[in-house]
Order: sequence, then structure tokens, then C-alpha cells
Amino acid sequence: MTATLDQPVKAPTFQKLSLRRKVADNVATVLVTLSVAIALVPLIWVLYTVVVKGLGAVTSSTWWLHSQAGMTAFQAGGGAYHAIIGTLLQGLVCAVISIPIGVFVGIYLVEYGGGTKLGKITTFMVDILTGVPSIVAALFIYALWVATLGFQRSGFAVSLALVLLMIPVIVRSTEEMLRIVPMDLREASYALGVPKWRTISSIVIPTALSGIVTGILLALARVMGETAPLLILVGYAQAMNFDMFSGFMGSLPGMMYDQTSAGAGANPVPTDRLWGAALTLIVLIALLNVGARFIAKLFAPKKV
Amino acid sequence: MTDRLDVTDASGLPNPGDAGSGEVIASPFPEPTPISTDPSKGAKVRIGDRVFRTLAEGSGILIVVIIAAIGGFLLWRAIPALARNEQNFFLYSGNWVTTDTSAMQFGILDLLQVTVFVSVFALLLAMPVALGIAIFLTQYAPRRVAAPLAYMVDLLAAVPSIIYGVWGLYVLAPVIKPLAMWLNQNLNWLFLFQTGNASVAGGGTIFTAGIVLAVMILPIITAVTREVFVQTPRGHIEAALALGATRWEVVKTTVLPFGLSGYISGAMLGLGRALGETIALLIILRGTQQAFGWSLFDAGYTFASKIAAAASEFNDQYKAGAYIAAGLVLFILTFIVNSLARAAVAGRSKS
Repeated sequence: MTATLDQPVKAPTFQKLSLRRKVADNVATVLVTLSVAIALVPLIWVLYTVVVKGLGAVTSSTWWLHSQAGMTAFQAGGGAYHAIIGTLLQGLVCAVISIPIGVFVGIYLVEYGGGTKLGKITTFMVDILTGVPSIVAALFIYALWVATLGFQRSGFAVSLALVLLMIPVIVRSTEEMLRIVPMDLREASYALGVPKWRTISSIVIPTALSGIVTGILLALARVMGETAPLLILVGYAQAMNFDMFSGFMGSLPGMMYDQTSAGAGANPVPTDRLWGAALTLIVLIALLNVGARFIAKLFAPKKV
Repeated sequence: MTDRLDVTDASGLPNPGDAGSGEVIASPFPEPTPISTDPSKGAKVRIGDRVFRTLAEGSGILIVVIIAAIGGFLLWRAIPALARNEQNFFLYSGNWVTTDTSAMQFGILDLLQVTVFVSVFALLLAMPVALGIAIFLTQYAPRRVAAPLAYMVDLLAAVPSIIYGVWGLYVLAPVIKPLAMWLNQNLNWLFLFQTGNASVAGGGTIFTAGIVLAVMILPIITAVTREVFVQTPRGHIEAALALGATRWEVVKTTVLPFGLSGYISGAMLGLGRALGETIALLIILRGTQQAFGWSLFDAGYTFASKIAAAASEFNDQYKAGAYIAAGLVLFILTFIVNSLARAAVAGRSKS
């Protein structure tokens, strides 16, 4: 008798999950967590490999201050100075060309061309340009710069190919940053009688500057590791070459590729050079990434 | 000059003083031109404004011109070589013979097969993982954990492809060799795992290349998918929760249907990237003279790696033209894939 009195009159409103649903929920949780782990394994593995294998080569001052001039493939010595300078020079020239174009396209898309037909076409074309493979960009510059205009294959041609890869990244980040500048700021400026171009150049751009610069640095980091244009548009030189317009030119990815064909993996000397160059490249890219975050913090608009 | 109706000049108006003419009532007053509410109307367009606008518009046009020029120049440079091709460009799958520029033999069938095969293999590996990451980062992880994890996944995209290439060949391939051998020995009744034209133990196979490629396209697919998943309306999620759905059921009934187009779009973008990947595949895949046989343990060349491998032949317009023709096909291929990806997203935002 008491046993029935103890039972509630109604079944509980919240029923327990059926076993099937509980299992499905738990399996899903495990799977999605596992997939993040799967993604992090190669990242950590790659970085660990590069650091461990490359550390030996880069810890000497010779690595940073000497080129490979006069070195043979299996003779230890020399450094990556020529390659570091080459990569920086090509990156710099590429940035000088692509920053104004990229930022102006971003300005056009946000401030002028928003809903117009040309604006829509431009947005689409920027998307397409984002997806253009680096080898196609290199072929285009070869067809235009070398085959049609008759210039030499040179470091500058590589920079031109990198411009094609860098512009869409800059446009995207500039566009995104300009869009989050409040409309009120622009209207306040118009109300004071400031012309549109002055409003853009002295109100909108400064507000979005930190984001734009961050985007530019990240874009630069992305293109500096590109290898395909180097193969088509300039040969790899072991010695220093400051001339962007003629001659072969060293670069970090170029040096890496040169070592893979020189017998890396079998012989310790090219292997060390390969991973040394890889670590140097990673360090360079990491510096740009850290710099980007630092600038984003430093120049962020002050919160009132 | 002025927006206002000039009232002093009444020549067009009937004069009310003309008594009895009846014209006053018969003809309506002409509509005065409306007064403009645009404050800057009639103001001089400042030279600065004009220059700035032209610069901005010009840059936009430049982008359009560049894309057109890429297609145009590649086509223009490819035609002379195509004219001297003795084989069918689309159907020839043998070795490329470009030494005699008056009678060249080249075709893309083999390249197309290898490119598509390795890209699709990479895509199949990357897609489920990317979906899991996107779900975890947007629906499961607390915000504090999600942001740094998302940053780390994005970092995968910051590693240069040549580093993935050397890592794949020298580090990853020896590690996955036992798995490759096992698959090759025990599952070789399936065409995918049959012994191909490259050494299974050597590691320079599509199997290795596809895994590396999957890692490389993972961040792109994840980023796009995440961006869409995070926009799932809060109301949908809460409604599902209120009906007693478990966390997984919430994802299944709200996030996945809402974000499916974004996921597909991300996968297409990843495919586009995979199709054009050059240097990692050039380093990993062993060059081979034998035909491709749809096995994961085959090697060979993709469009991009074939072109890059032939860098030394870029000294003659006909030799270069043969590779430029292959590059043009690759350009069109990625153009189509990327357009489809954008169309998938655009379709969602419209509905």
C-alpha cells in the first residue's frame, strides 16, 4: 500500500533521454572534439619538425651574415643571408605595388561602388583573383612581362606575380575594416562641410588603420612563402644579388627547393640547409604575424 | 543655376489681371520645378573628390582588367604552341615531347586525372574534419577556448606550402609507410590500393600527397564553414533546446540545415585551392613516365606541378606555350570551381 503512495500520480514531465539519443550525443561530442585534435596534430608536428631540424643551422652567426657564394652542395658552411635579403626585397617591392591598389579597391567597394554594377563585378573578380593559383599568376606574368614585353626573368617579375596574390587579401581585409567604421563618423564629417575624399582620408582610413595594416602584414606573410612564381620567373642564385631587374636571385623558398634537388634527405649538408631555410622562413612569417597583432593593439582606435 | 522658380519672370503664366479671358481657370499653373533637397547640388565638384574617386574606381576596374588579361594573355601565348601540337590537346595522355618545337606532342588528359584525383582525395579527407572543427568551435567550445583554437587552425594556412611539401616527403611519408603498405597488401582487390606506378615504400605517392593537401585546405574549409555556422539564428537554437533536444540534435536540426550551403561553399573553395597547389605536390609526387591508373599509390604530375617542373623550358615561346596552355586549363578549372563556391553562398543570402 505504502509503495503505491510513494509513487507520484503523474509521470515526471522531463523524461530521461533514451539510450540511443544519449549515445548519439556523446559520440558527436567526442567526434567534433577529436576533429580539432586532428587539425592541431599536423600544425604542432610541422612546427616541431622545422624547429628541431632547423635549429642546428640557424644558431650560428654565419647563417645570418653570409651567403652561399662559392659553396658546393655537400660542403658545409655559408649562410642564408642572400636568401633572406632576396625574400625581403621581393616582399617589399610587392607590398609597395599592391598596398595602394588593394586599399583603393577596398575604398571603392565600400565608399563608392557598393551597389553599382561595376562594384558587383569587382567584388566577384576579387573573389576569383583570391582563387587564382600561384602558378597561374606566375604564368600570366611570364606571358605578359617576359614573353610579350621582352623583359628578363628577374626578382621584379616575381614581385609582380606576388602582387596578383597579395591584392585580393588586402582588398578583403580593407573592405572588412572600412565597413565597421560607423556611418555616424562619416555623417558628422559631411555635416561640417568636409568633402568626401577628405572624409575618407582623414576620418575613415585613420579609424580603420590598425585593421588595414594588420591585414597587409598578414597578406605579406602569406605571399613571402610562395614558391611557384620563383621557379618560373627567376633562377636561384647562391650569391647576393641586390638587383631586382636582372640576374638570378636567392630567396628562402628558392633555397629550400634548391636543397631538395641537391640531395636533401640523403646527405646531411643540404638537409641541414633545407631545414635551416625552413626555420628562417617560419621565423620571418611569425615575426610578421606577431607584428600584425602588435600593430592591431597599438593603433586600435581609443575606446572612450 | 538656381533651383527656385524665377517668380519675377511671369511670361509663361496666365495673368489673373486679364479679366474675363477665362484662360486663368482653363489653364492650370505650370508645375514649378521642385526645389532640390541635395545640399551639395550645384556645388563645385572639388578636384580632390574627382581625383580620389577616379583612383578608387580605376583600381576597381584594374582588378576586372587583370582577370580578363590573365585569360587573354594565356590564350594568346598558348595558341602558337597548340597549333604545332600533333596530338589532341584534351585526349592525349602520353609523355610530353617538346624538344622538337615544330612537331610537339602534349595533352592534358593525364594531368587532369591526377589533379582531380588527388584534389578529391584530399577533399574527402578534409571535409569531415573541417565540419567537426566548425561545429566544435561555434557550438561546443566556450568562447575563451574557441578563439585561440580558431587562431591555431588558421595558422595552418600561414605555413608556406613548400614547408608542407618537405615535411610530407621527409617526415610524414616514413611515418605513414606501414599504413600504406598494409593497405596495399590487404586491400589491393580495390583499384584504389593496387600497386601503382610509384614505390609504395618510397612515399612519393598520391596517398602521401593527398594527406598533406588535406591539411593545407583544412583551414579554408573550416574558416568559411565557421563563419556561416556562427550566424545560425539564436532563436532556432533556443527553440530546439526548448523542445528538449540534446546538443547534437540542436546541431543536427538547426545549425547543419542553416549552414549547409556555407559548408559546401567552403569545400568548393578548398577544392579550388587543392587544384592549384603547386610546390608541395611537386616535391612529394615522384615524376613518372607511366600512365596513371586510378590508384592511390600512383604518382605523376598535376597541372601545376607539371608546369613548375618544366621551369627550365621557359626559354622558347613554343615550349613555354605548351605549358601555358595547361595553365590556361587550370585557370578555367579554378575559375569555375570558385564561381560555384560563390554562387552557393550568394544563393543562401538571397533565400
